[in-house]
Order: sequence, then structure tokens, then C-alpha cells
Amino acid sequence: MLEMIVASSIKVIIVMLAVLTGCAYATYMERKVVAFMQHRIGPSYAGPYGLLQPIADAIKMAFKEDVVPDKVERITYALAPIASFVPSLLVFAVVPFSADFTLVGRQVTGVISDLNIGILFVFAITSLGVYGIVLAGWSSGSKYSLMGGIRSSAQMISYEISYGLSIVGVILIANTLSLRQLVEQQDTILHWYIWKQPLGFLLYLTCAIAETNRLPFDLPEAESELVGGYHTEYSSFRFAMFFIGEYANMIAVSCVGTTLFFGGWQGPFLPAGLSVIWFVIKVFCFMFFYIWLRATFPRFRYDQLMNFGWKVLFPLAVVNLLVTGLIVLW
Amino acid sequence: MPEAKTVTINMGPQHPSTHGVLRVECELDGETVVKARPVIGYLHTGIEKTMESKLYYKAIPCTDRMDYLAPMSNNLGFVLAVEKLMEIEVPEKVKWARVCLTELTRVASHLVWLGTHALDIGAMSMLLYTFRERELIIDIYEACAGQRMMSTYFRIGGLSDDLPRDFDKKVRNIIKVIPERMKDYEALLTNNQIFINRTKGVAVISAEDAINWSLSGPMLRGSGVKHDLRKANPYSGYENFDFEIATGTNGDAYDRYLLRLKEIRQSLRIAQQALDGMPEGPYRAHVPGVVLPPKEDVLHKMESMIFHFKIITEGFKSPRGQVYQAIEAPKGELGFFISSDGTNRPNRVRVRPPSFCNLAALPALCEGRLFADVVVAIGSIDIVLGEVDR
Repeated sequence: MLEMIVASSIKVIIVMLAVLTGCAYATYMERKVVAFMQHRIGPSYAGPYGLLQPIADAIKMAFKEDVVPDKVERITYALAPIASFVPSLLVFAVVPFSADFTLVGRQVTGVISDLNIGILFVFAITSLGVYGIVLAGWSSGSKYSLMGGIRSSAQMISYEISYGLSIVGVILIANTLSLRQLVEQQDTILHWYIWKQPLGFLLYLTCAIAETNRLPFDLPEAESELVGGYHTEYSSFRFAMFFIGEYANMIAVSCVGTTLFFGGWQGPFLPAGLSVIWFVIKVFCFMFFYIWLRATFPRFRYDQLMNFGWKVLFPLAVVNLLVTGLIVLW
Repeated sequence: MPEAKTVTINMGPQHPSTHGVLRVECELDGETVVKARPVIGYLHTGIEKTMESKLYYKAIPCTDRMDYLAPMSNNLGFVLAVEKLMEIEVPEKVKWARVCLTELTRVASHLVWLGTHALDIGAMSMLLYTFRERELIIDIYEACAGQRMMSTYFRIGGLSDDLPRDFDKKVRNIIKVIPERMKDYEALLTNNQIFINRTKGVAVISAEDAINWSLSGPMLRGSGVKHDLRKANPYSGYENFDFEIATGTNGDAYDRYLLRLKEIRQSLRIAQQALDGMPEGPYRAHVPGVVLPPKEDVLHKMESMIFHFKIITEGFKSPRGQVYQAIEAPKGELGFFISSDGTNRPNRVRVRPPSFCNLAALPALCEGRLFADVVVAIGSIDIVLGEVDR
């Protein structure tokens, strides 16, 4: 029992550190990749190739004055960043990062907690993220923030449904809710679920972008209309929590996408202990795709976004589910 | 007290997409704009008033600072107005050089417009791409006048200096490069479904309304009115150039986008013709006492030196009278009205700025539409606040 607690704690610490560093360097990657696509250089002063930029940013964020406007609802205002930050990290509890391997004579599982309803857990937790945004918009006492919060709640609730439905196809085929078993079923590239569920994958990809509020679905924080959206009135570390939360979310949906459709840590050549490398590479490709989209696309308008969600994605998700269900039945 | 049904949102003056310091008071019902009222004056510089206290040639730098994205066009409008007042005929070479440079200015202005408009809609890469191309044109300003933005290159009766030696080569390079790069822009935007959704049928103005609001430039032509001062009332030798007036049909933001792209191509075509047909000759008219004599003469001839001294210190006296000269600036009809009382300073200068007149139509463009469309409408009008407030 004690051994299990210690092992889990170590894994939690490692994963937390990895994810938070990942978030920091996701900002660096985003800035570098977008800069490359836009014929710029990107961060280059802090450290070689600007590699220390995320650390400089973090220090700056932490030491900024925490400005709290007069008209805020104090308690909600303080809780909102936490409500947005924590769920984005919780997801990583069930994501299988690597194959099971033996370390100094002990069997180590590549996941913090192998929940048998892992996928449900992921979707339940990611849905909680919207509360932080809504509460932030509501409690800031600013019209811009309020509009951002309202838009965000409408958007995330609308896309939540298609988001959930898009992966049901995979679950039907796999006949399991455990993320670890899902990965184990996709043992070679031909068994990846993207081949069996191409439409499901596209739906997942689209909805995941909307869920993480990234371009072209970044209406809640549409800077050209709403300045900063729901986090307009936040500064210092509270803002940093929203910021990290957003990137953690990006990494989370990339991880889940990799697990569901691209065989997670499965890959040739590497021993079980190093299989996490395949996982990281796949997640990296996902992230790159997100950043690529951001450098390319304009933003949807609010009503168009809602129409797209309800009139295009939702029916497609239902059709996908029905067809998959019928195929599985016979 | 009746229950409030609408929310008033104050957009600007510090807002990322009001292109400077425009403030728009928006009354919103949910996401729908019930009422939009542009509030201007945050960048009031008193340029018109300042020009009254300046000698004619010293008033030229003021014009750069109105539409700072199209300095050459502003110079041209004022210089032509003074030349009309003084009845100066400039050498052919000057005319051609001015046409070439103002057309490049139009390209530069439209490029900035394209970049910022796309940025407002969310396509941020466009800004960087268009600024990269604009840099080529700014380099030409620098080579000509030594200044990159506030060029003040045109002078009453000519140019401040001769065209630089590699002018021809540099401009030809631009004419070659920009159409190539524009293919990229088109690939990113023209057929992009999101961009089309955001701009088609948005900020629509009918041809009749456009005329009634006294809109000009792309705002007018986008609605299908084929009116361009370069054709309708040629100045500076535009009658010698072969080009087409681009027009739109629906008068929406998408049409104006396509139209401005066409205008860039036409402008490059004119610049090409201007280069091909550039005559040799002096870069200033020979009008003793009004136009500065060549530097060589100033150093060696007594009369020239006296004229130079007198022009620099006390300017020249203009005949009594009033003139109005309008040009087709990138943003529309840019007119200069000068009233002279016979002294060496203008009695009154009044500018007819295209941005100001076009901006007045903003409420008509976005009332009853969604809040996000306000941004598209502002972007699509193409305003420069320096010119709106003067």
C-alpha cells in the first residue's frame, strides 16, 4: 500500500513538472513557429535561441502587481482562475504516457491512475473548465469580460456535445472506456483508430480547438472585438493561471487525441521504458497543427460559430455515431 | 425607471481594432448593434490651422502627417493646389515621377489596409506579409527623400531632389515582386470560407447611399459606381496612362477587398508605364522667385542666389483667389481648398479628407448587424485617424 502511494506520488510530481514545463515551452514553440511562418525571428534574446524566454515570462508574471479592479466580486474573482487552471491539469491523471516497464526490479505502470472509466473522467473534467471562464467574465465587473464569458459558455456548451459524440465511435469499436486498454488495442499503425474513425477524428479535432478556445474559434477572447475577453481584468499570477490553463488544455486535448486515434505511446524501435518518446512526438505534431492553424485562419463570427457547431458538427457527429453503431451491431 | 434592454459599450479610443484613436459608442442588444456612433477628435492636431501660419512651401510637411500611410498622395494634393493657384506648369518628368510615386503610395496604403483588415478578422499572418512588401516601397521613399514615412518629397513646382540613380531598378523590382506575393495573400484569404463568411454581405452600402453619403474611393467604387478622379478629372498627366477603374458590385466588405487587390495591380501597371515613358529633363520648373533654382546655379550665379535666399526666408506671394484641387488618394477623394489673400501665407486651407467623409457612413454600415461586424466595417472603410481629425 505504502509502496503504491510513494510510486503514485513520484509519478504525479514527474507528470506535473513535465506538463507545466510543457506549457511553458508550448508558448515558446508557438511563438517560434508562428514567427517562422510570418517571416519573423521570434524570441531570441533570453538565452540561446531565446530558450529561456518562457522562464523570463514566468518570473515577470509572478512579480507583476496584482491589480484588482474596484467593481469585482472578490471571492468569485479570486476563485475563477483556479477553477480554470485545476481541471486542465486533472486530465493528465488518466492519460497513459508510456508502456509498463520494469525499473530497478519493480513493475511501473505508465499512467498515474488506470481508471476503468478513464475517457468519461477526461470529458467530465474538461467540461468543468468552462466554469472558470464564465465566473471570470461574470465577476470582473466589466462589459467586455462579461461578453467574453457569455460567448465562451455558449460556445463551450455547444461544442461539448459534438466533442463528446465524436469519440463515442471509438469507444463502441474498442468496447472499453479505459484509456490504457484503448492504447493497447492500437498496437500497430494499421490498428490506429483514425483509420476506422476518420470522420470521428476530424470532428474531435475541430471540437477540441473550439474547446480550447484557439483560433479560429477563439471568440471568447477575440482581441479585435473584446480586447482580452474574459481575462481582460486579470493581471499578474491570476492571468498566468488562465494562460497556463489554456496551454495545459491544449496539451491535454492533444494527449487525448493521440491516445484515442494515434495509438498513444505505441511505436516501433523503442523499448517499453522509452515509449514515452513516441507519445511526446505525436503530441508535438498535434500542437504544431494547432499553431499552424492559428497562423493561417481568420476568426469565425459568433453566430457563424454557433451555426457551425449545431448545424454542421452536431449532425455529422450523430451520423458518425449511428453508422458506427450499425457496423458494430452486425 | 424602465428596465434597461441594451448595453452601451465604449469601443476605443484605446482599442486594438479601431485603427488608432477612434471611439465608437455602441449600443448593444445582446450581440446586435442597435446604435453605433463614431466619436472623433482624439488625434486633433490642428493641421489646417497650422498651415495658415506657414509659408506655402513650409506647409508641405504638414500634409504628410494627415494620412501618414500615404504621404506622397497628400503632398501631391497640396502641391497641385498651390501650383494651380500660382499657375505653374511643371516639367513632364516631374509629372511622370509624381504619378509613379503616388501609385506606389497607393499600393503601400492598400497593403497596410489589407494587413490590418485581415488582422481584425483574426488572420494575423497577413499583417506581417503585407508589411514586408510595404517595406520595399518605404525603401524607395527613403532613397528619394531620405525619410521613410514622412517623405515630403514633392515641392511646389517640382521635386525636392532628382530621382535616385537606382530608382528605375528598384521600382521594377517591386512591380515584379508584389504580384507574386499577392498570390499568397489570395491563397490565404480570397477563397477562405471563414474570410468569406466574415466579409460577404457585411458592411453593405448601396450605390445610391454611397453617393448620398458622399463616399469616395474604394468605398464608392465597391458599390459599383465607376468614379475615379484619375479618369473623371485627370491631374498630373493621368490622361496619358492606360488603366482600368476597378469596381465592385455588392458594396460589401468582400467586394471592397477584391477591389483593393485589383487597384494594387492597376497601380503597379501605371507605375510600369510611368517608368517606361519617363522623359528626361529637369526635376523642377523654371519659375524664378517661386521655385528654387538648381543648387549649381545658386553657388555660381548672383541672381539665383538672391532668389534662393528670398524664397527660403520669405517665401513667395500668391495672387488673390481661391482654388480647389482634388486627387484620387488611396482612400478616396482628397481635396485641398486654398484661399489666398495675396500674402506669402495661405489665408485658409481646408482639406476634404476621404477618411473623414467615409467614416461618417459607419453607423449606416453596422447598425442592426452583429458586434463583430463593427470591426469589419471600420477596417473595410480604411480610415487613418490622422486624416480624420487633422
